[in-house]
Amino acid sequence: MAAIELRGVRKAYGQAEVIKGIDLSIAHGEFCVFVGPSGCGKSTLLRMISGLEGITEGDIAIGGEVVNDIPAADRGLAMVFQSYALYPHMTVRQNLSFGLENIQTPRAEIATKVGEVARMLQIDMLLDRRPKDLSGGQRQRVAIGRAVVREPRGFLFDEPLSNLDAELRVDMRGEIAALHRRLGNTMIYVTHDQVEAMTMADKIAVLRLGKLEQFGAPLDLYNRPANLFVAGFIGSPKMNFLSGQVDADDRARLRLETGEVLAIPQAGFAQRSGANVTLGIRPNHLHAADAGPVKVAVRAVEQLGGESYVYGQTASGTAITLHSPGQTGIDLGDVIHVDAPTDEMHLFDTDTGLSLRMD
Amino acid sequence: MSRTLAFLTATRGGARLHWSDWASYSYLFLGVFLMFFPVIWLVLSSFKTEADLQRYPPTFLPYQQQTIILEGHADPLPLFQITGGEHEGKILAQLRRVGLRAQMVDPADPETRLTIDIADRAPVERFTLATENYTDLFGRFNFLLYFWNSTFITVSATLIMLLTNSMAAFALSKYHFRGRTAVLLLVIGTLMIPQTVVLVPLFLIVTELGMFNSLWGVIIPGAATPTGVFLLRQYMLTIPDEILDAARMDKASEWKIYWRIILPLSAPAIAVLAILAIMWRWNDFLWPLIVLTQSENFTLQLALNSFQGELQTQWSSLLAMTVLTLLPIALVFMFLQKYIATGIASTGGK
Repeated sequence: MAAIELRGVRKAYGQAEVIKGIDLSIAHGEFCVFVGPSGCGKSTLLRMISGLEGITEGDIAIGGEVVNDIPAADRGLAMVFQSYALYPHMTVRQNLSFGLENIQTPRAEIATKVGEVARMLQIDMLLDRRPKDLSGGQRQRVAIGRAVVREPRGFLFDEPLSNLDAELRVDMRGEIAALHRRLGNTMIYVTHDQVEAMTMADKIAVLRLGKLEQFGAPLDLYNRPANLFVAGFIGSPKMNFLSGQVDADDRARLRLETGEVLAIPQAGFAQRSGANVTLGIRPNHLHAADAGPVKVAVRAVEQLGGESYVYGQTASGTAITLHSPGQTGIDLGDVIHVDAPTDEMHLFDTDTGLSLRMD
Repeated sequence: MSRTLAFLTATRGGARLHWSDWASYSYLFLGVFLMFFPVIWLVLSSFKTEADLQRYPPTFLPYQQQTIILEGHADPLPLFQITGGEHEGKILAQLRRVGLRAQMVDPADPETRLTIDIADRAPVERFTLATENYTDLFGRFNFLLYFWNSTFITVSATLIMLLTNSMAAFALSKYHFRGRTAVLLLVIGTLMIPQTVVLVPLFLIVTELGMFNSLWGVIIPGAATPTGVFLLRQYMLTIPDEILDAARMDKASEWKIYWRIILPLSAPAIAVLAILAIMWRWNDFLWPLIVLTQSENFTLQLALNSFQGELQTQWSSLLAMTVLTLLPIALVFMFLQKYIATGIASTGGK
């Protein structure tokens, strides 16, 4: 079993605290993605779990055993690095067998295991080449193979696809997900790309500035973001935000900065009358309607054939994105009115950024 | 081959030679002359007999006077060309010389003794290599012993130096510990202290440790060099830390990381240092001169020095031995020079 649990984990370099107390528990066999903007500490957190980086405070437990003082090599985890970190002077075969040699695996067994993994990752015809003679995708496969061949309890991926081109990235994404299904190990995957996170994860941990913003299943994060940051980070294109003030008399009416008034959900959210709130609406929930409460000046239109995006701004200058299936008749320079169903709206406290959703 | 030729005869272009072509080629030829003439002069002179070496004015090529063995004379007789008098044009063998006259015989008629004015004769000389200079080294002098001493010191000092320097460089480039910068500064700081300053303390230490007059007394003190540590450290800084992390995740011990990852990846820098170390050790003179006093421990450089006596110097043997001493280092350099160029480029450039 390789459930991974973090309890109050902190990391500081001198005065600078980069990980500010993270509690997280990843069940055995789960595919967990750490996502966040660059500099949020996700890679550091991964290296702390791997044991390559020490922790300043708190506990890390793998399979129920606290591993704070156990060196990286003995934690039973394997890691795939962003730069692949293949040994440049060794052939692919030597790269794959290096870890097995270090644990005194018999020669014949190494050959069998390396052969199996190479076949699985379709790198068996590359075994006698050196890393410099491989393409980016092949190197990535070798790096994954090197992790797989040791049959670790868990895998750690540190932005493994960021050096690949877009097409290859989609392929490799599918392969890593397939690998997870086949091996069934716990995997932690670090990325700054929320699409990767959404498509691959069982659970996503959104990090910002060394803090855990939200941890949950991808659709949970999408449907019930805990705060403005998660709401803005998860989902593409970004959620639209409109700030305003709840009507003093009617909790179900929001007066925007522009003076426009629109209906907001009365149930499910804890907005108080007169409070400053931010309304969040996904672009695909906005639609143009002649009687819509918000006026938007169209600045750009993208027609993709099967779907279309309209970019514009409100009278107060807030950027608005509309996404609609099919093709749209809206043109550049038009002024349109938009509306949204109240049950697709999210409300956040403007000052704290927290969701006002009641659970 | 044709590319080499094309490179060596490159010009600025155009039908006629530009003045800059003349300037560059004269400069290059001057350089070639300055570099090669002493070496060629040395090699040619090493094939001259002692007598030929003493001659004034000196000749460029080694010449020896021709001799002839005649019946009734135990020693070979020197041959002379007669340039004047009644026997002009003949080649005669000289029996002995008395004052300004020489007693000579015609090899065709050995019974008749002729008296010739020494101004009327010139020695018959031919280009001959005095190979006995070299064979003597192996017969009369213990060249092989000195050669072995030098080789042993060079090889073991180089190996020990590469091992210690690369370990120090590994620690100084890849481990973060308190005082790392201080240690590095200390190492580099010793570069500023000339060897002559530490000569006496070093000698006292070596003597105390009982290494006086032993080859190890030459090998050990030179084992760690700041230049080597610094050179290797700069190179190792370019090896990505992620590779080391990957090896740690692969359960490699720190020693294994050093041996299987760091060393192979630093091969270009290590090759440079190896070549430098071989040249330093092989040509080292001052320190071996101080530590080694018994001739059976002499290195080639010390043996060369001992040829030069206070009263008499045996130039022919000295020159022959100099050539033999130069040869190994020249060969090492010839075969490894491309590593020096690429190694220095990659240690400095990145």
